This record gives sequence, C-alpha cells and structure tokens, in this order.
Amino acid sequence: MAGCRMKLELSRVALGKGRLGVLKGLGKTGQLSLEVPGCLLHTHLGTVPHLTQDTLSTLSTLPSVTQITLSNIAEHQEVLEEFKDGFRKFAGLHDTVLYCALHDPATPCPTGHTTNKTVSVWGSGGRIELTVAKFMALQKAVKPDWYQSMADGETWQINTSHKRVRKSVDRSLAHLDECLLVHQKSQELEGVEVFGVVEGGDILEERVRSAKETAKRPVSGFCLDGLQTGSMDQALRTQLISAVTKELPEDKPRLLQGVGRPDEVLASVEAGVDLFEGFFPFQVTERGCALIFNFNISSNPELAVLEPGEDQETAGDSQHNGDLNPDDQTQMTSFEINLKDKRYQGDFRPLVEGCGCYCCRNHQRAYLHHLLVTNELLAGVLLMIHNTAHYHAFFSALRDALAEDTLDLLKRRVLGQTERKD
Amino acid sequence: MAATRACGAAANTSENIMSLKKALSVASPLTLRIVAECPVTKARACDLILPHSAVSTPVFMPVGTQGTLKGITVDQLDALGCQICLGNTYHLGMRPGPDLIEKANGLHGFMNWKRNLLTDSGGFQMVSLVELSEITEEGVKFKSPYDGKEILLTPEKSISIQNSLGSDIMMQLDDVVSSTVTGPRVEEAMHRSIRWLDRCISANKNPEKQNLFAIIQGGLNTELRKACLDEMTQRDVPGFAIGGLSGGEEKDDFWRMVTLSTDHLPREKPRYLMGVGYAVDLVVCVALGCDMFDCVFPTRTARFGSALVPWGSLQIKNKQYAKDFEPIDSDCQCPTCKRHSRAYLHALFKSDSAAMHHVTIHNIAYQLNLMCSVRQSIVEGCFPEFIRTFMKRMFPSRDQYPGWAVDALASVNITLE
Repeated sequence: MAGCRMKLELSRVALGKGRLGVLKGLGKTGQLSLEVPGCLLHTHLGTVPHLTQDTLSTLSTLPSVTQITLSNIAEHQEVLEEFKDGFRKFAGLHDTVLYCALHDPATPCPTGHTTNKTVSVWGSGGRIELTVAKFMALQKAVKPDWYQSMADGETWQINTSHKRVRKSVDRSLAHLDECLLVHQKSQELEGVEVFGVVEGGDILEERVRSAKETAKRPVSGFCLDGLQTGSMDQALRTQLISAVTKELPEDKPRLLQGVGRPDEVLASVEAGVDLFEGFFPFQVTERGCALIFNFNISSNPELAVLEPGEDQETAGDSQHNGDLNPDDQTQMTSFEINLKDKRYQGDFRPLVEGCGCYCCRNHQRAYLHHLLVTNELLAGVLLMIHNTAHYHAFFSALRDALAEDTLDLLKRRVLGQTERKD
Repeated sequence: MAATRACGAAANTSENIMSLKKALSVASPLTLRIVAECPVTKARACDLILPHSAVSTPVFMPVGTQGTLKGITVDQLDALGCQICLGNTYHLGMRPGPDLIEKANGLHGFMNWKRNLLTDSGGFQMVSLVELSEITEEGVKFKSPYDGKEILLTPEKSISIQNSLGSDIMMQLDDVVSSTVTGPRVEEAMHRSIRWLDRCISANKNPEKQNLFAIIQGGLNTELRKACLDEMTQRDVPGFAIGGLSGGEEKDDFWRMVTLSTDHLPREKPRYLMGVGYAVDLVVCVALGCDMFDCVFPTRTARFGSALVPWGSLQIKNKQYAKDFEPIDSDCQCPTCKRHSRAYLHALFKSDSAAMHHVTIHNIAYQLNLMCSVRQSIVEGCFPEFIRTFMKRMFPSRDQYPGWAVDALASVNITLE
C-alpha cells in the first residue's frame, strides 16, 4: 500500500468556485502541510533557478513542497545510488517536502519517443529512456516524499488522433499499476506517496475514463496531465477539468501540470484544481520580465482607489497587442513588464511599489534594466526573487479570496488588467 | 564568515573607533593607519579609512565591472566581509552612462552598495578590450563596441565620469602599454602618464570626498620606473598604484618591478598593485610591500567551475567530482561549503546557473580569507611562518615552488627550505 499519511482537509468546497483547504501529513515526519490552492516550489535539481540558499532565504513565505523532476535527475542515477542517502541530502535541502515529477514543466521536450513500455526525458547529455523498472529504480535512489507515477502525456504538443489519446490513457494506467506493484514491494519507498496521472488529451470520454480508472487505484492524489498552457484554450481546459474532477474522490488533492499563468490558474481553481507547478515565475524571469499584476482586493478604501494604470503599470503594452499569442509559453503575458524596454532606463521606482521582496526593497527598475541590457547574471537572481515572491503572494491572495468569498472581485482585479489596450 | 569578520572587527576596537571618528572629521577622505609592520619582509597590516567604511589591509578587492559582482547580491558580498570592490569607468561610462548614475546617487546608490568602491579609469581597456583608434596627448580614441561610434577618453573625461560615479577611490587615466611592449613607446607612455596625472588632479571636482590615486608606469625598465616614481611621488595624491604589470610579462621581471616600486613609494600611503589575484602572487607581493589588490580571476574562473583551495584549484565540472561527496574545502566556512558537496555542484552545473554563483561565493570567500589570514599573521608577527606554511600547502614539493616566488621572497629575507 502506498504511503497514505497525506490528508486533504477542506474548509470550503463550492462547485464551480474552487476548494480551499490544507494538505496535511506531509514529509518524513508527517508534520508539514501545504495550503491549497497552492503551488509547489519549482526547481532545477533542487535549486530554485538562479538562487542559492542566501538569496532564496530572503523570501519569507515559501511553499513547503519542493518539486524536482526526473528530466534533471535521471542522468545522475548512478551518483545517487552511490550516495545512498537520497536526493534531499544530496542537494542540501533541509526541511522541505520533496515531490518528484517526470517532466520539467518549463521545458517542453521533443515528442515521438514514447513507446508502450517507455517514456523519455532529456538530460544535459541527451535522451534517457525510462522503463517502469528504471523509473522506479530512480525513485528508490531519489527517495522523495511523494512522486507521480510514470505516464504517457504526449497528447498536447502536437495534434493527436483519438487512437493516440486512447493509447496514452491505457499506457498510463498500465504504468501506474506496474509502479504500484514495485512500490508495494519496496522497503525503500515505505511511507512515500504516489499520485496517479489522469490523461486523455482533449477528448472528453477519454478524460472521464482515465479519471474513473485512476481513481480506482490506491493513490494519494491525482496529476492532471496533457492540459499544459498552449495545448488548448481555457474554456476547453475548464470543461475537461470539471469532467475529470467529478470522477475523482473529493478528499484527494488534484495537481494540474504545466499550467501557471494567473488567468489559467484562476479558472482551473474554479474547475476543481488544488495544486500547481510553480514554474511560471521562472519563465517570466527568463524573458527578462517582472510580474507586476495586481491581486490586492483588500477592503482598505485607499488601496481600492488604485485602479490599474494609475499608480501602476499597464502591463504588456510595451509590446504590440497583436503579438500577444496566449499559446506561446515563452512570450510575454499581460501580467508582466519587459524591463529591457528603454522606458525603464531612468525609472527609479521598485518593480512593484509595496512589494516586500529583497529586489523591491533594495533595487530599482533602472538598475534591473541596466543589468539586463548588459547581460549580467544578477538580473536573473533579482528577477527570480521578485517573481517568486509576487507569484506566491498571488496564491495567498487567492486563498484569502476563497475564504472570504471574494473570488469574483479577485478575478476582476487580476484579469481586468488584460483588457487595457492603451 | 567568522575569520573575515574578525579582521574587520579588529579595526574597530574602541580605541580605533575614537581615532576613526577623529579621522573622519578631518577633511581628508583617506587615512592610512599602519597597525603592524613585518620585521622580516616589507609587509604591512593597515587600517585604510575611507569615506564609506574602514578597510583592513592587505586587502583583495573583487571586481564588479558593470555595477554588479556577477551573480552575487550586495548583501551576499557584505556577508562575506567585503569592504571594498571595483567598478569600471569604461563600461559604466558606456552603459548606463554617468548622467543616469549621478541621478541614482552615484554608483553606490545605483547598485546599492554601502561600503567602498574603487573605479578604474578606463585605461586598461585600451590594452585589453577595444580596437584602438589612436592615442594622442589629448586622450584615447576608442571605437564603441555597441554602436561603432568613436569616443575620446581624456583624463578630464575619465575623472568627470568617476566624479559622477562617486567612487571612494578613483584611478588616474594612464597611458597604458602592454608589459610585453619594449622600446620608445614605453618611455613615451610613462611621461605622458605623469602629464595625465596632473590633468586628472586638476579635473577632480570632489577632492574632499574622492581619493585620486596615481599609477606608476615605466614597463619593465628600471630607469623608467624609477623616473616615474620620482616624479609621481612629488604629487600630493592620497595613494599610489603600481600599473603596467600583470599582463603576460615574465614573472622574474614582474616581481622586480613590484619591489622596486614599493622601495620608492611613501610608507604612509597605500600601495595598490593592479590586476594581481593568484594566491601565490598575493602572498609574495604582500611580502614585497603591497597593500591592495584586484583581479577578475577568482570570480571569472568560478563561472567556469574552478574552485580555489589552499592547495590549488578544483575543476568541479570534471568527471572526477561526480561522486565526490565532500565540500569544496572542508575547512572553509563559506555558505557553499557549509551546505553543498562537490558532487552536487558538479551535477548542478548541468542544470542551473546557480552553480556558478555557489563557486563565485566560495572563491571570494577564499580570497578574502586568505588576505585576512595574511593580515592576522603580520599583526601577530609571524608572517614569515605563514608564508612557509602557505607554500607547503600550495605545492606538493619544494622543487615545485615557482622560481620567481623563491627569488622574490629571498629578496625580503624569506628562505624557503
């Protein structure tokens, strides 16, 4: 039996309006918890991109769950096996829950290499093919607190036939069963939680079938795969998620893979998602941008007067509106400003007024602009700090809105900014 | 960083604080207090009191060319015990330009660095970086790499930019010639540097806040160096740099020029040896009487995965470290060594730029700690012993000691057995 100390305690559930609660019983001692809706801490090999412990610790509230991916780790299997003490210790991570995913959500990988028995990940040295046996050997070497089972999610990058989608569902179920079999026999994995992965591409019946079948297995929660940003519009995504979550037990968490944009997060939460991979701040950082969208709906009358654009930036308008392609994951969104833009050259304000992050307390837009123009490494460090702080504060605001039943107000605040076309 | 912090703290006992306050209330933006002198070598340990803080010497100054130390925040730099670092006039003069930096309250304000800054004049880039158009008596014509435009860097312009940057120590614009060049050009450059020094002194708008250092030139020619020393030491500048070295010349010539220079520089003013950063070079040149050093080497080599250690360096990206679960240096107290293993860093280099930052932090810690230990040994009167121990650790056997280092140390009464 896979570890089952993980417990989702919901305090509010409203159909079509999202769930609020706490995921408890996490980690080795079962003492850690994660508020939902929430996002995980996205890392490369256990390191938040660009950050060392000093810079990371400037962030006051970080999620208790760190995400690592086999795409970074697979090539180090031998090293971890020789190390013997698991990835947490190898990476110098201390009091955090370790969740092991398969693919890095920020780096889409080439398609066409999945077979009935294998999936592939791409490390620094090229493609590594994983059978369930190798996948499980990796989990034993990594020793995470929780991992997703091996799955075939190659339905979203390209146009996939019905037959292909069906195969992805069948394969993923077969992989799950095999994983669980190995898991149950492994002493090294005792107490470790397993998430089943719901596939089904954009086909409703397949989604429902996958959900129903996966729910029958003894898993601690569910990953929703194949719904990544860029695969479909949010309306379809919402429809599919709603159909899927109807088939899933209410008391187990749902993690949506590959979705991170604030608008998509809001809609997905309403459709019943609890957890997200926190990779969006990294993507924003990589394009030299800073998150500035407003999520403040406090009842302070002074703050309420601040309409977007007044004291605050009009996000996204340093770029032609016609260029905004919501399906391109690398393209700037309307939630950010492009600090490379000349307009920030002499802008001595912080990235976001009132943001308490290290970057905003110590530096100005003009400095960030300079660092980006001169290709300095510090740009990535400072932007990563700010974007991570901003994004996690957004999730905090989201939880508050669910608690106070002000989600509609939050949506207007966050999404209202995408409509400005000055 | 206990060791380095202690170094800084030593400069701040209550007695020192009183004289510090006295010094700061006087108009001079630089005061050098010699705390100890080695009775055997020419080494000194000093407190260099500058506008933003006191600096313990001998000191290694990390280089933050474009208003940032690559990948490291000012807080991290401060936590490592760094009291002074470098910015570069040429680069910052190009981007973002002196006007913007002035608006931002100088380079200190722009990068939010609260301790001291030293800016180079832009002269070295004449040799190192840019396609030279022409050097005339007026100044140096550069071709901007960003837009191809021609710019004329005169002594006045260099000082003007440095005034806008607001650095605590500014360097004169010197006529820099590669140390491998011989012939009349060397002499011409030496004489011109003296004339440019005078122009720099005249052009300095903030002599009460910013210290202008002269740079001794003369190549590898004893007569020319001496002539330059004689002339420049007649100028009332707060400090002197030894320039035109550390550029590919033979080490045998290098050390002789260094020691010649310190022999003729005033005792009560700081001596800054430019462009020196290898551990052996630092230790030897401290013995020869230098107080301040700068070099891009430790931070640059870090980004290539080279970690500096008392016995040389580790190429972390090499396969041999893939399964090495020890820290870079088990005696090192830096944040990197306290948390991470060589194996983890080796793996991280394949995944994220943070690997570079980890090694950068370690290398800066190594350099600062080295200088701190050097200073401590001078203060305690055991610098010669320190040198011997240092060399033994760094080289597997006596016959691997670099010949020039043995000679240089012998010249200041240190025999290495």
